[in-house]
Amino acid sequence: MARPRWFSVRQELTPKRGRMLGVLAFVLPLALWSLFSYIPWLWHPMVRVTDPGDVDWMRAGLLIDRHDFDKEVASAHDAHTHAPVGFRANPIYFPAPHAVGRALYTAFTTAPVLKGDLWLHESLWMSIQTIFWGFTISSIIGIPLGILCGSFIAISRLTEPFVDFVRYMPAPAFGALMVAIFGIQLEPKIAIIVIGTFFQQVLVVANTVRKVDGALIEAAQTLGSKRRQLVLRVIVPASLPDLYNDTRILLGWAWTYLIVAEVVGVSSGISFFINQQAKYRNFDNVYAAILIIGVLGLTIDQILAFIGKRLFPWKNPRASRIRAFLGKLFGLRPPGTPAPKPPQLLST
Amino acid sequence: MSEPLPDYLSQAPAVAARFAKIKERPVVLEIDHLGRQFAGEHGPVVALRDISFKVHRRELVCVIGPSGCGKSTLIRIIAGLDEPTSGRMLVDGKETSGPCPERGMVFQGYTLFPWLTVKKNVMFGLKMQGMADDQADQEARQWIDLVGLGRFADAYPAQLSGGMKQRTAIARALAANPRVLLMDEPFGALDAQTRAQMQSHLLEIWRNVDVTILFITHDLDEAIFLADRILVLKAHPGEVQEVIEVPVPRPRQLTQLNSPEFLATRRRLEELIHPRVEAHAQERLPIIRLTQVGDDVE
Ligand SMILES: Nc1ncnc2c1ncn2[C@@H]1O[C@H](COP(=O)(O)OP(=O)(O)OP(=O)(O)O)[C@@H](O)[C@H]1O
Ligand SMILES: [Mg+2]
Repeated sequence: MARPRWFSVRQELTPKRGRMLGVLAFVLPLALWSLFSYIPWLWHPMVRVTDPGDVDWMRAGLLIDRHDFDKEVASAHDAHTHAPVGFRANPIYFPAPHAVGRALYTAFTTAPVLKGDLWLHESLWMSIQTIFWGFTISSIIGIPLGILCGSFIAISRLTEPFVDFVRYMPAPAFGALMVAIFGIQLEPKIAIIVIGTFFQQVLVVANTVRKVDGALIEAAQTLGSKRRQLVLRVIVPASLPDLYNDTRILLGWAWTYLIVAEVVGVSSGISFFINQQAKYRNFDNVYAAILIIGVLGLTIDQILAFIGKRLFPWKNPRASRIRAFLGKLFGLRPPGTPAPKPPQLLST
Repeated sequence: MSEPLPDYLSQAPAVAARFAKIKERPVVLEIDHLGRQFAGEHGPVVALRDISFKVHRRELVCVIGPSGCGKSTLIRIIAGLDEPTSGRMLVDGKETSGPCPERGMVFQGYTLFPWLTVKKNVMFGLKMQGMADDQADQEARQWIDLVGLGRFADAYPAQLSGGMKQRTAIARALAANPRVLLMDEPFGALDAQTRAQMQSHLLEIWRNVDVTILFITHDLDEAIFLADRILVLKAHPGEVQEVIEVPVPRPRQLTQLNSPEFLATRRRLEELIHPRVEAHAQERLPIIRLTQVGDDVE
């Protein structure tokens, strides 16, 4: 058999290649970052002074522009004075991977600069609370309303034009208003996440619900389903897997609203930490915090995806990749999981 | 071969007696001067005009006609999924409208609920009628066994073949205990072999259940094989062209496909549905010859 090609339209890769590319997706950016950080003749537009020589405005440890440094060296050369010495370096906003790696640990162990400021883990916890409450409140109202909009045209006509209108107003624009209403603590921030998520959520959910196959609804009608049962027993279960995925995507959007929400009123949470560290020019801590948000988001999303596969076995009779991986790792299935059913067409 | 086919109009005494008996049974479904118009781009389009017929208890009536003659429109109106613009429909002598489990339906496309197992699908109608879980469970099992899917009670529809899906759909519709079972080309998407199996299977089920069937098809053999009577529709507008009482005796077997009665009925149906050969000749596409190779390629 011919070796499978790397690039063929819509064809599955071999599992090994798929895994390899998945790892590469993270290794490549890291490698690029390392190249620019550790190879001195790549980029490195600054110079870190080690010996100021006779230049009186220089100090050892100073980071200056390479052109300025070269100029000083040239003029010192002409004046036959002691030339400054230094090595090429990157700007302060471009820390090397190892510095950020170290910061990932030290950011948690360094005490806050000012008394009363929060530790990183406290900031993170605050952010998670904000996003949790914001997204939960939005979903509790938005998902049922979206389902009603998708099921009943009258409700859709009454609701959606206005929702569509508000949707275009940027959520941060409500910042000052929310502070006036809810004060300066966590509440206005939660409100902004609700505003940012809710209106999108209603429309997205309504659209998903509208995609339910009309033939299923008709079939249920001929079996005696009335209005209420059509919504609860047909429309909701039929759209549930897609609604679950919508919710995952919307949760991602909520994270982007988090950052703007947190600078409203008294700045708080992870954005406050980031701004504070940037002020002190601890850019390794800034990167560490951003990375933590990314890792947190990815982890939550993967957990939700994993749960989703088990919630809807009819959608995905195939054994999940994570389960297969665990199985391979331990040579057995995790306790309590049913034997995965291979997808098979049973013959007539 | 040279034996002349019997004239389909002159019924043998045995056949006449059979239909006389059927007509003595109570009328379950009566369609009375039913009409349906759609609003088209250039004025109203008449899909159905003045359709009237009666279906007796435990009769199996097939509706046949060219594509677009309004077969689906008719059965959807009977199922209550569409409203007629004129006329009435009576079930057991009472005028009705709107969807109701007394008129069960099996659709051409697969309309099983994908999130429910075969058993839960069959239980759906029973639960809608407010039956308790364990009783519904028991009853569903009976229907699943009747359609021969006992082993697959816990499979999801995605794991079933097309024929099994339609068998489940039949069980699901029958479990709700309908007076009339409406079937809109239910085997249309199946391959020829599965289709033949399903036809025999349907007859077998029907013999054992007190249900009246209205079956839509565009397959002549399927109609003759299944039906007591065949309602032939014509297109533009959709009207009843003729009602044929099928002389083929019951119980039906595939070997009857070549019996003289069968062939006579088939010829008559062909005359009705494809009336003139010349009409076809005029519609011949202007196909030009694109090959140099002769017809006698070695
Ligand atoms: N919702 C609708 N709006 C407008 N015209 C319609 C509508 N539904 C059906 N029609 C028209 O009514 C006629 C009958 O349609 P119908 O689907 O009942 O035909 P059919 O006999 O089932 O055809 P087929 O054998 O192809 O399934 C067609 O001419 C179609 O264009
Ligand atoms: Mg049709």
